[in-house]
Amino acid sequence: MLRFVARRLVWMVITLAAISFVTFVVIKLPPGDYTTTVIANAEARGQDIPDSQIAELKRHYGLDKPFIVQYLTWIKGVVLHGDLGQSFAWNQSVASLIGNRVLLSMVLSIASLLFVWSIAFPIGIYSALRQYSGGDYLASFLGFIGMAVPEFMLALVMMYIGFRYFGQSVGGLFSPEYADAAWNLGKLLDLISHLWIPIVVVGVAGTAGLIRITRANLLDELHKPYVATARAKGLPEWKLLLKYPVRMSLSPFFSTVGWLLPGLISGETIVSVVMSLPTSGPLLLGAVKSQDMYLVGSFVLILSTLTVIGTMLSDLALAWWDPRIRTRFQKG
Amino acid sequence: MQPLLEVRSLRTHFELGDGVVKAVDGVSLSVPRGRTLAVVGESGCGKSVTARSILRLVEKPARIVGGEILLHPDSDGEPLDLLAAKDKRLRQVRWADIAMVFQEPMASLSLVHTIGDQIIEAVRLHENVGKQAARERAIEMLGRVGIPDPQRRVDSYPFQFSGGMRQRAMIAMALSCRPRLLIADEPTTALDVTTQAQILDLLQDLQQEFGMAIMLITHDLGVAAQVADEVAVMYLGEVVEQGPASAVLSHPKHPYTQALVRSVPRLGARGQDRLVAVRGTVPPPYERPTGCRFHPRCDAFMAGKCDVTVPTRVRSDEIDVACLLYGEEKS
Ligand SMILES: Nc1ncnc2c1ncn2[C@@H]1O[C@H](COP(=O)(O)OP(=O)(O)OP(=O)(O)O)[C@@H](O)[C@H]1O
Ligand code: SF4
Ligand SMILES: [Mg+2]
Repeated sequence: MLRFVARRLVWMVITLAAISFVTFVVIKLPPGDYTTTVIANAEARGQDIPDSQIAELKRHYGLDKPFIVQYLTWIKGVVLHGDLGQSFAWNQSVASLIGNRVLLSMVLSIASLLFVWSIAFPIGIYSALRQYSGGDYLASFLGFIGMAVPEFMLALVMMYIGFRYFGQSVGGLFSPEYADAAWNLGKLLDLISHLWIPIVVVGVAGTAGLIRITRANLLDELHKPYVATARAKGLPEWKLLLKYPVRMSLSPFFSTVGWLLPGLISGETIVSVVMSLPTSGPLLLGAVKSQDMYLVGSFVLILSTLTVIGTMLSDLALAWWDPRIRTRFQKG
Repeated sequence: MQPLLEVRSLRTHFELGDGVVKAVDGVSLSVPRGRTLAVVGESGCGKSVTARSILRLVEKPARIVGGEILLHPDSDGEPLDLLAAKDKRLRQVRWADIAMVFQEPMASLSLVHTIGDQIIEAVRLHENVGKQAARERAIEMLGRVGIPDPQRRVDSYPFQFSGGMRQRAMIAMALSCRPRLLIADEPTTALDVTTQAQILDLLQDLQQEFGMAIMLITHDLGVAAQVADEVAVMYLGEVVEQGPASAVLSHPKHPYTQALVRSVPRLGARGQDRLVAVRGTVPPPYERPTGCRFHPRCDAFMAGKCDVTVPTRVRSDEIDVACLLYGEEKS
């Protein structure tokens, strides 16, 4: 098991190095760099920036160096000092700019995941055990709606409901009086009271999908011979269903956690834009537009690190859950 | 002496969208105490559905629509009708009185629970014993069915066993509560020939030791000849002939059994011969022939009689047979 984890860690580092490099290449692909944005903005205001000033800017940001040097300098800072570099547009360190946002993104993603699980599993299991019952049809119907309605629309509707019936400030994760306050219990409670709308919005599509997966997995297992054996042993029905087919049906699920995580993060980006949440999504979007390259690079690096870690955690969880996979790891 | 189990006019139907498949339609048979009954017949004649119906294990589109399944007590007393029993009572009978071994040893054990866990669970469900005692029973049974190093193997998962070992583990599990009847539905079909023979020998040894009755379902008349005391022959959802193995296999009464026996070249020498060589084909499931169900394929067909009158069971010599050739002898 330890060897397995070690090998996975090595792979993780290689993967991340590759991702960060490719990201850098992609940011550099469009013609121009951050100074192009500066010039364009100035021209839009009717100003003209002298060439000498632009050269000065380039030198200041290291944009005059060769590409590979820029990349190596940046990645060295990240690895050795945990320094993510400077944001051009915001003129502050990337770390100070995104620290809180990444935290909030993670809170939102994890809370959404827990929401998805706690709703989807019981309903999916119920639907399979009571296949073709009224409840099963209702769950399928709501599931289809959940999959079909776009998230931004759901976000708008939920914001309206929150505003109209619960008197909440529209958008954001904090009430105005807490937005810039230091963290305290009041701010935490305020966050929680705002969090439920984005959680529901981000989670609905995932919930609908997971209900269908759980139901299909369980239906596959319900009529397998090992269930008949358990029944022949004289186990009470609900007990044997939970111990055997339900447990088996959850195995494929663990392997899907890996791709569930990035899905949640991207859904979260769109929702955050609509609801103007101070999470990382909208900031990323703006940074890509203005070629704020260290900001974008850091974002992608952080998100992919989270995803890679998430995948690894889900693999470990699967190994813990399913002895067939565990023994394969122990051998290899 | 009373038989251990009597199945009377059992009917189990599949209620499908486009009609009713009468998979089991009037099966009557009896399992003698402490002996082996072999149930033989072509594929699809309803052997497995019969076996599952005995413990009421049939699932949805299938439904038991009639009959009686009488389990007689060891001493004198009223039999228990398993079809009429309450769920709770039935669950007590399962495994403690009647245990089952299925055809695919791979699929009939849970792959994510250890062998030991699955045996211990059965023991503790039916007997008031502690974890440790149940575990010792599991180890003892695994050793008894010939699994090497049972102390260690008890904590293995089924996927770490070979097919033959898995079926041995399944048998260990089936016998862990000392049942009075073991139903084995083609327990060796999925195994290679050598392993088949070993498993059959094992079943016979265990029967000697534990004194349980065995209902062995098989395609293979050779297997039936090797292990059975009694043989019941099924055709299209009913038992057409039951009697002592020697009589049924050497002097069959029913024309269907006669055709089956003829189709096996050297009965007695163990072979892998399948029951295929009966003239004609099995009629489609939705249309049952009128009168005797076997009449379209029967060499002794009597026009105006076999296609009109439904034969009832009569006794001829030691054999119960449902064929109009024998109906008149009796009356
Ligand atoms: N799931 C099902 N749906 C519909 N009909 C079924 C189903 N299972 C069995 N049947 C019907 O029941 C009949 C008897 O099936 P059963 O499995 O008892 O046959 P069998 O004698 O055990 O055959 P085999 O030797 O191939 O195992 C089949 O011919 C088929 O028509
Ligand atoms: S009743 Fe007639 S058709 Fe049926 S087996 Fe006997 S002789 Fe053949
Ligand atoms: Mg069968």
